[in-house]
Amino acid sequence: MINNGIKPTNTTKRIAMVIVIFYALVTMIPLVWIAMTSFKSPNDAIAYPPKVFAKPSAEGYINLFTARSRQTKEYLDSLGPPKTWYDKIVRSRNMVITGPSNFMDRYINSILIGFGSTFLSVILGTLAAYGFSRFKVPLKEDLLFFILSTRMMPPIAVAIPIYLMYRKLGLSDTITGMIILYTAVNVSLAIWLLKGFIDEIPREYEDAALVDGYTRLQAFWKIVLPQARSGIAATAIFCLIFSWNEYAFALLLTSGTAQTAPPFIPEIIGEGGLDWPAVAAGTTLFLLPVVVFTIVLKKHLLSGITFGAVRK
Amino acid sequence: MKKNIVDKLAKSTPVNIAHNIKGLSDRTLAWLFISPTIFLLLAINIFPLFWTIYLSFTNYKANRPNRVIHWIGTRNYERILGSSDIWGYLQATAHFVVWTMFLQVLIGLILAILINSNFKTSNFWTTIILIPMMLSPAVVGVFWTYLFQPQTGIFSYIVNFFVDVGPLNMIGSVKLAPWAIVIVDTWMWTPYIILLCLAGLRSVPESLYEAAEVDRANSFQKFLYITLPRIMPFIMLALLFRGIENFKMFDMVVELTSGGPGSVTELASISLKRTAFELWKTGYASAFAVILFVTIFGLGSIYVKALNKVKS
Repeated sequence: MINNGIKPTNTTKRIAMVIVIFYALVTMIPLVWIAMTSFKSPNDAIAYPPKVFAKPSAEGYINLFTARSRQTKEYLDSLGPPKTWYDKIVRSRNMVITGPSNFMDRYINSILIGFGSTFLSVILGTLAAYGFSRFKVPLKEDLLFFILSTRMMPPIAVAIPIYLMYRKLGLSDTITGMIILYTAVNVSLAIWLLKGFIDEIPREYEDAALVDGYTRLQAFWKIVLPQARSGIAATAIFCLIFSWNEYAFALLLTSGTAQTAPPFIPEIIGEGGLDWPAVAAGTTLFLLPVVVFTIVLKKHLLSGITFGAVRK
Repeated sequence: MKKNIVDKLAKSTPVNIAHNIKGLSDRTLAWLFISPTIFLLLAINIFPLFWTIYLSFTNYKANRPNRVIHWIGTRNYERILGSSDIWGYLQATAHFVVWTMFLQVLIGLILAILINSNFKTSNFWTTIILIPMMLSPAVVGVFWTYLFQPQTGIFSYIVNFFVDVGPLNMIGSVKLAPWAIVIVDTWMWTPYIILLCLAGLRSVPESLYEAAEVDRANSFQKFLYITLPRIMPFIMLALLFRGIENFKMFDMVVELTSGGPGSVTELASISLKRTAFELWKTGYASAFAVILFVTIFGLGSIYVKALNKVKS
């Protein structure tokens, strides 16, 4: 690969490698630090100077998953000995577990809303993209631009009327409502990406199928869809990541039932201030799937990201 | 005779139409495929947009839904455009957009050139570099709060390792907070620019470089006259997308600084959220939302026209 027309010498390559690896490692430091913090005790997390090697503690994760209350020593003594290993740790802080925290529910909501909206966006997006790609649609250019311009509204601005609308329709703080909303937001991106992928599939295949007696619908199903598989996968991943990461709508339109993880994590307050290991634990658990996704599905991600620039 | 006419008709029917009589016609199919998306977007994007425009001319307050609504014409707009606060928010937003774009393109382009030298394991490290942009901006804002703690955060600690500036209060200081949000956004989104620049660099055909070598161009000239013009559309596209996104920025900054200290990092979207969902001045906020949308849309359209000129 020629770079600026210079054929890179081995020395140049080595220098480039050092710089790039340095940048990659520096970029990773914040994430690694957070993961490490999730295994520290609350005191170690605010140690000065910052402690790199601290005695690992599960308190972060325990505090993340449980609701606790502080009790007097007398009350604690009156209870029997702690039954489980996490009971023991909680008791050592003069607290008692009163039940599970809301974290698991929020996490599950994120999963449900994420996959639900992705599923719908991809279906609607594929159909619409095929329609725009293959058929003569009146006002096609205008419709496509209209779809693109829906991405120019700040989410907060859209949230105002949606908030009122959902309040009237009884969709406030419901999983269904959030899925519909995220689908509507994702579908414009989905159409844009998918249309590009489908445009790349030569029409000759479908024309041949039509001549052979297939209906348009059958041609779509049997010929175009299989070819568009990787494009559909790339689009699905992007929609999923967007829904997973979304914060503004979740913050404004949900409170208890349908709240997802992003608005919940900042609210993880511990006893006497911000419980950093618990926040770090929630962060780590929430970001981990995305990190794994990125590494495993890199090819699909790349085809989606550079796609918009390379085509059109 | 009849047979001849029928034969002639049959033979003169274009193949497409002949076969589309079997199964649904193209027109029906196109309508079927595209309309669900159009309906969804009308319901979730367009109808709310008109509702917002309507609200912007009223004094509606969403927390007093049963109060009589007064049509107050353009008073909201006059108040907004005349208020000095608004220019503060726009200035904070502009500072954010300009600096993030500048730094990300600078760093991104350099790194893309380095990665393009294709040293061994460059693919692996590119994947690692990708990770930050896949994360939830809100959650990123939360954990950078921890990293930016003046005493116990590692950012201040590492900086002081090189330069003795005392504990850095990135989030709490009026001077530093605007740079804190620039740093975090750059950390997150430089990979995006890297990817687009890489796509651009790889799109330059080698034959151009070889032809230039024949004309005895040196590497700098090759970069200036071949590479740069070719990747310009990619850079401009990246600037368009990230620019629009950063103009609308909400999640990360709200979690990192809440718009503070004071209102030094209160970006347009943050101010909008406060007005609409904390002060509940829904009509006033709607006017602000319309102004924001028109601004983004206007700037975006101008930019796209310029982009199309560059492409040709």
